[in-house]
Amino acid sequence: MDNLLKLLNQNARLSAKELAILLNSTEAEVSAAIAEYEKAGIIKGYQALINWDKTASSPVFALIELKVSPKRDMGFQEIANRVMQLAEVESVYLMAGDYDLAVFVRGATMQDVAMFVAKRLSTMDSVLSTATHFVLSRYKQDGVILNGDEQEDQRAQMVL
Amino acid sequence: MEPKCIVNHYLEQVKPSGIRKFFDIANEMEDVISLSIGEPDFQTPWHIRQVGIDAAEKGKTWYSPSKGFIALRTEIAAYLNRFDLTYSPEKEILVTVGASEGIDMAMRTLLNIGDEVLIVQPSFVCYEPMVQMSGAIPVIIETFAKDKFKLTAELLREKITPKTRMLVLPFPSNPTGAIMNREELEKIAEVICETDMLVLSDEIYCELNYSSTPHVSIASLPGMRERTIVINGFSKSYAMTGWRIGYVAAIPEMIDVMTKLHQFAVMCAPTLSQFAAIEALKNGQADIDYMRSEYDMRRRYIVDRLNSMGLDCFEPEGAFYAFPCIRSTGLTSEQFCEKLIFAKHVAVVPGNAFGDCAEGFVRISYSYSLKHITEALNRIEEFLKELKQEATN
Repeated sequence: MDNLLKLLNQNARLSAKELAILLNSTEAEVSAAIAEYEKAGIIKGYQALINWDKTASSPVFALIELKVSPKRDMGFQEIANRVMQLAEVESVYLMAGDYDLAVFVRGATMQDVAMFVAKRLSTMDSVLSTATHFVLSRYKQDGVILNGDEQEDQRAQMVL
Repeated sequence: MEPKCIVNHYLEQVKPSGIRKFFDIANEMEDVISLSIGEPDFQTPWHIRQVGIDAAEKGKTWYSPSKGFIALRTEIAAYLNRFDLTYSPEKEILVTVGASEGIDMAMRTLLNIGDEVLIVQPSFVCYEPMVQMSGAIPVIIETFAKDKFKLTAELLREKITPKTRMLVLPFPSNPTGAIMNREELEKIAEVICETDMLVLSDEIYCELNYSSTPHVSIASLPGMRERTIVINGFSKSYAMTGWRIGYVAAIPEMIDVMTKLHQFAVMCAPTLSQFAAIEALKNGQADIDYMRSEYDMRRRYIVDRLNSMGLDCFEPEGAFYAFPCIRSTGLTSEQFCEKLIFAKHVAVVPGNAFGDCAEGFVRISYSYSLKHITEALNRIEEFLKELKQEATN
C-alpha cells in the first residue's frame, strides 16, 4: 500500500473513510494497514508542519557539522545515540562526505545555540570538531513551501 | 458596406454559446476556486519538454513533411496497435494541430452541403459549429443519465435518414465521463453497417479510462475500419495541451483529401511539438500510468463527496469530469452555477454548455490537486446546506 503512505505523508489528517475512497479499499482494510505500519515502525508519528518563523517565538535553527571518531564495534551509533537524546536536537543524519553527522538544532536565540554547541556537543568524547551554520530563512521543508511563491495555476479560469 | 456582408453565411448560423454571460462572470471574478478547466493540471513530463527544448536549441525549426515526420507516424501506428488498430504510417496517419484540427479537416473534406451529421450530446462544443461551417446539417442525438449518457442503438436508429452521412462518437466523454465498452460499441456498429455513414470517433480521452476493461476503438470492430476516422492526440494523455499536437488515422482515400486541405490550411503540425510527441510515445508510459492513478483517486473522492452531499452523480469511468445532477436544488444549471460562484466563489460549468439535454447537470473537473478539490467541495457542501435553509425559511 505505497499509495497509502504517500497520501498520509501529504496529509495525515485524512480519515480512514476518505483514504478508503481514494484507494478503492475499505475503511477496515485501511485502518488495519495503518496499524500494521505503526507496529512495524514505518509510520513513526503524525505531526503538524509548522512555519515557526511566523509564530511569536520564531526560534533559531542551525545545522551543525560534526566530525567524530567512530567507536570500535559500535561505529557511529553510539555517538548518534547520545546526540539524539538532547532536546535541542531536531534531526541527526549520518552523512557521506566531508563530515560525519549532520545535526539540526533548534534554540530560542543564536546565543542559546552557540552555547549548546560549545558546552554540550563539542565536549562529547569522540567529537573531533564542529562547524555551525545558522539558518537564515526556511523556504521549503518536508516538501512544503513555507516561504515563497506557491506554484500558481496558470491555466485559464474556464476551459471547455 | 453593411458589416453583415463581411461574415460568412455558414458562420452566421453558428450560435454564440448561451453561457457566455456566466463565463464572463467567472473570468472576471477574483479569488475563484475553479473546478471548471478541461485540461490536465499536470505539467508536460520533463523528459518530453526536454526533447522540445533540445530540438529548438539545435535549430530544428523548419517545416516538417505535411503529414508529419515519418518517425512520429511510425510511433503513432505502433501505439494504435494496442487497441487492435493497424494503420500504415505512410498512408493512413496525418499529424494535426491538436485533435481539433483533425476534427475540422475530417468534416470539411468528407462532408457535402446538406449532409446530415449525427452528434451525440452532451459533448464537447466544437462539433456542431464545424459541421455547420462545412455546409452540413447537425442532427443532435440526446443521451440520458438513465443510460449513463451512452449512445444506444435505439437512440441512433431514430435519427438516421437517407441524408445521414456521419456520426460523431465522442467517448470517453467530455463532459459526462461516460465510456462505451465493447458490447455497447458492437450494437452501434451493427446499426451503422446497415447504412453508408462514416464515424468520426473522437478518442482524445482514451488513456483516461478507469473501468476494468481497456479502451475499445470502434474502428477495431468488423466492418468499421473503412468508415471510421479515428481522432486522437497528446493533450490529455500526456498533459500537452499547449503543444497543439494530435493526429487522425483513417483509410488512405480519406487521409489524402484531409492532407490536401491540411497543406493549404496549416502546412504541417508544429515541428518542435512533433519531436516532443515522439518522445512521449517512446518513453511516456510511466507518466500516463502515474497521471491516470492520480485522477482515479480524485475521481472516487469527488463522486463519493457529491453523492453524500445530495447531488446525484453516476460513476464516470473516463476523462476527468464528474457530471452530477443538480435538479434536487430546484435550480437550472445556469442558476446553480451563478449562485455558487457569487456565494462561494467556486466555478463549475453549467451542463447546458454541452447541449440542451445536459440541462439539470453541471460539469465538475477533477484536474486539480486533492487539496484544491477538497476545499472546493467543502464550499459546495456549505452552499447546498444554505440553499436548503433558504428553502425551509
